[in-house]
Amino acid sequence: MHPTDIRNPDYFHKVVDCQWACPAHTPVPEYIRLIAAGRYSDAYLVNWKSNVFPGILGRTCDRPCEPACRRGRVEEAQAAKTEPVAICRLKRVAADYKDDIRPRLPKPAAKKNGKTVACIGAGPASLTVARDLAPLGYAVTVFDQDAKAGGMIRSQIPRFRLPEEVIDEECGYVLDLGAELRAGVRIDSMKQLLGEGFDAIFVGSGAPRGRDLNIAGRQEAAKNIHIGIDWLSSVSFGHISKIGRRVIVLGGGNTAMDCCRTSRRLGGEDVKVIVRSGFEEMKASPWEKEDAMHEGIPILNYHVPKRFELKDGRLCGMTFQIVRAEYDADGRRRLVPTGDPDPTFECDDVLIAVGQENAFPWIERDCGVEFDEWGLPVLDAETLQSTLPNVLFGGDSAFGPKNIIWAVAHGHQAAVSIDKLLSGEDPRERPAPGVTLISQKMGIHEWSYDNDVALDARYKVPWRDVKETLKNVKAEVEIGFDVATAWKEAQRCLNCDVQTVFASKLCIECDACVDICPMDCINFLHNGEEQGLRARLRAPASNAAQDLYLQDGLKTGRVMVKDEDVCLHCGLCAERCPTGAWDMQKFLLEQTQAGPGCRTPQRKAA
Amino acid sequence: MTFIAKPRLHHPTLKQNRIGYTRRDYEGKVSTLCAGCGHDSISAALIQAFWELDIEPHKVAKLSGIGCSSKTPDYFLGNSHGFNTVHGRMPSVLTGANLANRDLIYIGVSGDGDSASIGLGQFAHVMRRGVDMAYILENNGVYGLTKGQFSATADAGSRSKRGVENTDSAVDTVGLALLMGASYVARGFSGDKEQLVPLLKAAIAHPGAAFVDVISPCVAFNNHSGSTKSYDYVREHNEAVSRLDFWPSRDAITVSYEEGAVIEVPQHDGSILKLRKLDGAYDPTDKIAALNAIARAAADGEVLTGLLYVDPSADDLHAHLSTVKVPFNRLGEQELCPGSAMLDRINASLR
Repeated sequence: MHPTDIRNPDYFHKVVDCQWACPAHTPVPEYIRLIAAGRYSDAYLVNWKSNVFPGILGRTCDRPCEPACRRGRVEEAQAAKTEPVAICRLKRVAADYKDDIRPRLPKPAAKKNGKTVACIGAGPASLTVARDLAPLGYAVTVFDQDAKAGGMIRSQIPRFRLPEEVIDEECGYVLDLGAELRAGVRIDSMKQLLGEGFDAIFVGSGAPRGRDLNIAGRQEAAKNIHIGIDWLSSVSFGHISKIGRRVIVLGGGNTAMDCCRTSRRLGGEDVKVIVRSGFEEMKASPWEKEDAMHEGIPILNYHVPKRFELKDGRLCGMTFQIVRAEYDADGRRRLVPTGDPDPTFECDDVLIAVGQENAFPWIERDCGVEFDEWGLPVLDAETLQSTLPNVLFGGDSAFGPKNIIWAVAHGHQAAVSIDKLLSGEDPRERPAPGVTLISQKMGIHEWSYDNDVALDARYKVPWRDVKETLKNVKAEVEIGFDVATAWKEAQRCLNCDVQTVFASKLCIECDACVDICPMDCINFLHNGEEQGLRARLRAPASNAAQDLYLQDGLKTGRVMVKDEDVCLHCGLCAERCPTGAWDMQKFLLEQTQAGPGCRTPQRKAA
Repeated sequence: MTFIAKPRLHHPTLKQNRIGYTRRDYEGKVSTLCAGCGHDSISAALIQAFWELDIEPHKVAKLSGIGCSSKTPDYFLGNSHGFNTVHGRMPSVLTGANLANRDLIYIGVSGDGDSASIGLGQFAHVMRRGVDMAYILENNGVYGLTKGQFSATADAGSRSKRGVENTDSAVDTVGLALLMGASYVARGFSGDKEQLVPLLKAAIAHPGAAFVDVISPCVAFNNHSGSTKSYDYVREHNEAVSRLDFWPSRDAITVSYEEGAVIEVPQHDGSILKLRKLDGAYDPTDKIAALNAIARAAADGEVLTGLLYVDPSADDLHAHLSTVKVPFNRLGEQELCPGSAMLDRINASLR
């Protein structure tokens, strides 16, 4: 196996599992340390720079970082339940306890650069593009059909999960940078927009069409059957404030969870979620399912909708077929009827939340923007440019429904493309991330981070009394961590960004690091091919997704091999190293955003 | 040393031994020795050895004298008995403990100052008496606690960190142990646990006076180019006579050995020592040859390591004294003071 090249930014980036898993690559351990230090405003700004909506994401993010968190692996076999650090809810702590950060945000550009950018839809993707480009001097115009900015954040996420003030605040920060919001304006023609002379157009219009379910009785009972996302937005905007006593929600995604919990608050007493797939395979995040069940909502799985039942021309129930999952040799799932009698459940209303689709009726198919067979725009996956190079797509409108944090990541990506394109550069030449690697040594046994590993189990975010929250659709369910609990939860972070860096030429092979390492990560042995090495280590390295760190150049001809998988980053190897061959160095990676940093450096004339 | 305790978390695949303990259960408090000290590696090797031998920690007594080495029993087997004795007097306290309770497994931990200077007399006599113990000498050739003066095991001609030459001749601890009657004599190196762990396991299991001299570089004062006890010197001059594998019983042997490449030494407790030959015809049961080889290597400036001598039919002090099988500390007043009638009978038998 070849020695590891730690100059490649990806190597240590992968060790920071949370940051690597985050689409926007937010430097998570960096802001968690700031929270532990009580520096909430600083923690907020680290987030704001990277993900634009810390207060919103701190309540609603899909948190790809948490399943990736190393904490979940190191507690394995030692805790009743292994749980990641509550990264998402710590983000909210930064937003909750920060001071007024407005003076620290970028200012609107003093001088415009003469370039104009149109953003379609004022959701997270478009607002990110605006946030990145407006301070650089671009004249950014954001169009949205609704009266306020936010897009699906405002229309689809129920208020009991995300208060409106938070949306107003964080969308406001973006618009205050000088982007112009043209609210209540629906764009009906791409051709017309192209004719308006914008230098670039960013389409961030989301996936606005809820999938329907055309089975028997759908037309006849239409009055009491609602498309989930449309119904949620009607609730958000105050057009709907009531629902029947008995409600069936169809679907197993997060929208279904929002629908059932909202129903409980609008008069639904007997609310159930009924889903085709098995409980485990549901698309909803585990915590959203938990939240729904906590509110007394049962989830019935393996029920395929068969027909809507009517009585006197009015919806009175739904009939389902019971199935079980069978897997063929390729692991593909088939739902096979069990033969049990079809159950009928009585209901007054049905909410259909079985998926979302993209819809671009306003983009003429002959305007130059090409679409694929699934109706999605043909895009360069890296630059997000369509077949018209100055028309870009991001968020749900780019590759189908994803989530807010992906929309933000797309926004940054598209802003870089636009900045390069309008500076006369090739957007396909992507900028490298900004990386620093700095020793954290302060003294013989002192590090600039807290290396003592907390053994606490994950702390629960306190909830408001369910009696109170079920009465008011706007009462936020989660109260958020208090400062003391936030500190304790922050201590669970392993500081995976503080890297173990090894210098062979200093090593005397005394074994001190091998002996002290609590996780048996470090090995000195003879080199071989990776597969064999993984099996020969003190503790076998069976997690192939995690790299081996290999360095040669030792006097005995052996190599140092460290399995990164379950390293606690406790720094004991470096504390026990007599020669400083091990050092703990903080790896800080920041994605390069639009601006001079993303452009090719210009050589000065000699 | 470190300021934080070693986190309790361990690798998810960490194995348990036959009695349900992981290796981490055999650890002690966090070491306060200098970073990189060879002694910490010896502690780690002892932890590994006891774990592999499936020994219950509470069946072990650790005794030590004074010095860096003698602090180490605090850093392994945190659930065992321990006695940090007076300088150079560990052997007599260990002998007394062993006489009082023969059921425990005794580990004597000492250093080159504790054994070869102030405790040289006690060292010699504990070997003579054949006390059942594993005597570990953590040998670094300097007085680390007093900032690196030569100890009695420093080789003549080696230099101190400041460049001063040692003119005194060295006490040869393995030779002395052999001469005095130790029935198991080995030398290891703290930087080679593959060799050291089996040597320690066989020493712990040996039913008699077992002595293991472990060269343990002092990173603070004796790991420089003029030293003969540095990592580099020992690696360059290490002459291993064999590779030892220790098997607690014949049934436990899981490795197949090539015919003729192995010397097998069955012990009378049923355990098996398998010696993979490295040095031609080295026979570890031949005491005279062992003495010769040790002297030859010393004259050549080589560090002879491995199992140097073992007496397969060794026994111990209790056998020599024909004591009862029940430990003295468990005998009641009735057994210990059988009364005047018994005294009369004994006296009569001696008339």
